[in-house]
Amino acid sequence: MAETDSMILAQGLRKSFGEFEAVKGIDVDVRRGEAFGFLGPNGAGKSSTMRMVAAVSPVSGGTLRILGMDPATDGPQIRARIGVCPQEDTLDLELTVRDNLFVYGRYFGLPRKEVRERVDELLEFVQLTEKAGSMVEDLSGGMKRRLTIARSLINRPEVLLLDEPTTGLDPQARHVVWDRLFRLKQQGVTLVLTTHYMDEAEQLCDRLVVMDNGRIVAEGSPLTLIAEHSTREVAELRFGVAPEGQSHEAIAAKVEDLADRIEVLPDRLLLYTSDGEETLAKVHERGLEPVASLIRRSTLEDVFLRLTGRTLVD
Amino acid sequence: MSSSAPTNVVAGAARLLDYWAIVYRRTWKGSAISSFVNPLFYVLAMGVLLGDYVEGDPGKLEGATSYLMFIAPGLLAAQSMQTVFGEVTYPVMGMVKWHKTYFGMTASPLSVREVILGHLGFVMFRVGLTCGVFVLVMAPFGVFATVWGAVLAFLVQFLVGLAFATPIYGLSAGLKDESPFALVFRLGMIPLFLFSGAFFPIDNLDPWLAAFAKVTPLWHGVDLTRMLTLDTVDGSTALVHVAYLVVLAVLGWFWAVRRLSKRMVG
Repeated sequence: MAETDSMILAQGLRKSFGEFEAVKGIDVDVRRGEAFGFLGPNGAGKSSTMRMVAAVSPVSGGTLRILGMDPATDGPQIRARIGVCPQEDTLDLELTVRDNLFVYGRYFGLPRKEVRERVDELLEFVQLTEKAGSMVEDLSGGMKRRLTIARSLINRPEVLLLDEPTTGLDPQARHVVWDRLFRLKQQGVTLVLTTHYMDEAEQLCDRLVVMDNGRIVAEGSPLTLIAEHSTREVAELRFGVAPEGQSHEAIAAKVEDLADRIEVLPDRLLLYTSDGEETLAKVHERGLEPVASLIRRSTLEDVFLRLTGRTLVD
Repeated sequence: MSSSAPTNVVAGAARLLDYWAIVYRRTWKGSAISSFVNPLFYVLAMGVLLGDYVEGDPGKLEGATSYLMFIAPGLLAAQSMQTVFGEVTYPVMGMVKWHKTYFGMTASPLSVREVILGHLGFVMFRVGLTCGVFVLVMAPFGVFATVWGAVLAFLVQFLVGLAFATPIYGLSAGLKDESPFALVFRLGMIPLFLFSGAFFPIDNLDPWLAAFAKVTPLWHGVDLTRMLTLDTVDGSTALVHVAYLVVLAVLGWFWAVRRLSKRMVG
């Protein structure tokens, strides 16, 4: 097998379910040791892509190589070397925490003794040693998530796939998961994750793609994406209930020239600009008095909303 | 040693052994009652107590000299069938839909075939255990004409079990929800249990009903088992029974693989 530094290589990758095309030809190259993110609203094609990369869902078109192998012919070989943390936990609720990990290690053809040692290490790693004998159904959501992550590591994977790893977790549990993922990255594990939390992507990803409607609409590091698709700062201005002839649109027209881009929302105006304080001062000079204002840095969320729109996707 | 892909389907299924062993250790107490005690109740109530009122005429009982001898092989084959119905309906749906355990398994190097074979292996273990106990309990009642007949009748239960297991597995693997199972039990398993020759000779039925009974799988299982326990084996008939059960098991296997693959891989 040709061992390259390309862990996942997709060219023109497609996935269709009957008439519906979930992934419409994407190109991705994930390098060894990198933390790579797929961002996108619901239905963007992230999970369909992840299932193809996990070598469980057949490719409908284009090429896909994982660790240099073709999932159509080498699915089991690929799955032996990757770890998968699915969106929904698929733990056996009626088995103990330890047994869940133990049986999983056996699926990978690892000897019992080796699996037992590995289970102890992993329980320690995800801070579940004290829960080893508990039934999974008695665990909290955060503990189940950590157990699923531990399970995905049982075979010492070279690539770890995480589909929305922290969705539904409380802030404390999210930070524990992030911390563990960061440690794995330091150990050289290639991370590939999907998320719709922008802070998660900024925390974890070296590089990411934004997907919308089955296509990649932007690619880069969090910083370059912000530089390319947004401004350095954002001034958020609230004007309260608009007096006659002073609709948000009318106000926006008066300050149009002060920002690179203006977004009019029902409750506030967003002025995308390189210097928020300066822009705000100019707004005041023109006799406009917002009831509240906030100057902040652009985030990935601004990029995301710009690229994928504010319309609700169900 | 590092993780690897299994070299063949059987080696892959064998990796599920520890999983099923742990599941069995956790659930055996519950299944022990239905597996061991219920058949015994049937033998006592129907075979011994009700059988007291039935004339032991070999001409009317397919060669059996007592009703207990007639009914014992019928109950054995029916026991195999019932064990299988219990194991490949709700439990399969649970692993596909409720707990998604199968999805965890197939995220590892294991594939759908190996997952099915592993599960069926466990079902066959349950059939072997319950039927083994049943045969041992029945032996002192003198219902087996020969020792070899008893051994072969026991072995045949794996075939009877598989002939039911693979098609019902296929059915369960593709169902969206569990409501059809009530029909499967009430209109499938119970009529088979009552009218497939376990309790009375099939010829007692109307000719067209008897003909219908003879195309059902349980009748083939019952008749084959009874030939062996009564030592009345007719070579060509036995061969038809075996062929019927093998074909059903094989067709069911392919259907099960197709249905579960479609459900899980998509």
